[in-house]
Amino acid sequence: MAEYMFLLFDDESWFDDVTAESWESAMRLHGEFARAVEAAGARILDGKALQRTTTATTLRKDWANPSTPPVVSDGPFIETKEALGGYYVIEARDLDQALELGALCPTGNLEIRPVLDTSGSTA
Amino acid sequence: MPDAREVARRVEEAHRSHWATVLAATVRLTRDLDLAEDCAQDAFVRALQSWTDGIPDSTVGWLTTVSRRLALDRLRREATLRRKLPLLAVETAPADGEDPGPSDPLRLVFTCCHPALGRDTQLALTLRLMCGLTTGEIARVLLVRESTVAARITRGKQKIAGAGVPFRVPGDEALPERLDTVLTVVHLAYTAGHTAAGGLLVRQDLTSRAVLLARLLVAQLPDESEALGLLALLLFAEARAAARLDPGGDLVLLADQDRSRWDQALVNEGLALATRALARGDGRFTLQAAIAGLHMSAPSWEATDWCQLVRMYDALMVRWPSPVVALNRAAAASLVPGADLTAVLRELDALGVEPSLVAYPYLPAARADVLTRLGRAAEARRAYEEALSLTDNEAERRFLIARLGS
Repeated sequence: MAEYMFLLFDDESWFDDVTAESWESAMRLHGEFARAVEAAGARILDGKALQRTTTATTLRKDWANPSTPPVVSDGPFIETKEALGGYYVIEARDLDQALELGALCPTGNLEIRPVLDTSGSTA
Repeated sequence: MPDAREVARRVEEAHRSHWATVLAATVRLTRDLDLAEDCAQDAFVRALQSWTDGIPDSTVGWLTTVSRRLALDRLRREATLRRKLPLLAVETAPADGEDPGPSDPLRLVFTCCHPALGRDTQLALTLRLMCGLTTGEIARVLLVRESTVAARITRGKQKIAGAGVPFRVPGDEALPERLDTVLTVVHLAYTAGHTAAGGLLVRQDLTSRAVLLARLLVAQLPDESEALGLLALLLFAEARAAARLDPGGDLVLLADQDRSRWDQALVNEGLALATRALARGDGRFTLQAAIAGLHMSAPSWEATDWCQLVRMYDALMVRWPSPVVALNRAAAASLVPGADLTAVLRELDALGVEPSLVAYPYLPAARADVLTRLGRAAEARRAYEEALSLTDNEAERRFLIARLGS
């Protein structure tokens, strides 16, 4: 088994005209996704939706000069039409299973990244 | 007792035929592509020494056993060192993954051609791990720098291990699409061998290795029409190899080839495969094999069944629409006895707007041919001149110049 982070990128205009129905249907889709992951024998280890990027704040730090304070700016690190709107951390058998589950994930654009094992244990 | 030359020949032969089998069996054990490659290579080097005492009955069995024994030694010695490396996701648990299976090379090619890898990486990995080419040889056939190939292979292996690309044949549902990627890459490997500017020996070696890889796919997936279609297509190209170049080494167009120089055994094998493929499906490799098969079974260019060819191109346009296919279809349609040449000319003119055909000499050449037959000599002349300005190929240039002079 391996851990994968699913990064969900979508058009944020969804937020502009969200209705009770569209909200409910989105939640239902994520519920179905969670059940599909379980059914496949994989596990969701973590997952969160993010507020839209207009609420984001970015800090840029110059590591060559650690004494200088970071530059704080309004907005996301990278401005894109389709923005990071949520994530899952999923334990899956291999990339093929992660891709199968990714196909069921309710998002327009999904980046799948294997999680780096930083435990340092030699077990 | 075999002499050193005989041994070298047999080792080379075993390398061409069995490299992927030896490597894949070792990969199953090590779950580490680099280590498996080292051990497989080492086994072939040892064969050069050991086989002077006698060549084993099963060379592939000998090589596999030695490669896996070398791998076990290395795994034991480096156990603590290796523990933190990401391992290849092998379907079966390590405990029962000890014995190599006949499908291991198939697993390996699906790993090399995983859709999570870019096409360039898929091709480089397939040439290296399945066809057994060195980085230098790959660089020569792909006309890129050796450092570029090395970087592609390193990054590809890192992604396979890091992202968990599995060592597994995909399930039924995903198989057609995943197999299409594998077949596309094998076709590219063959084409690279066919057209490469590098030394003739490297090219012939690569085309025969690509054909062997296609044979392996058919042996493992005997009911997959597209695998049958690809093998047929490659065998037809192999059958024409001797007639494809004139004594001066220049290309000879299909229309002008001496068909008595085609390898009839390969033609027959290809026709049998194409027939099996067509009975099972109508994918793009199957249809391309059917088209090639119609040419291969025709007694001459003039006696080709152009009607049937047009029908096959129509089917191919449905499965795999592309401007080049449309052009070939129109060219075939112009050769049907009693063809409506004005309608064909309209078809060809309409293709002139296709960006992918703007610099493609075959389009003006096809127009020129139709214009000549319509008696529009001045327009034909301009089209031949346009075609001439677009080609660097000497054989094509001579052909076009001859047409211009007539």
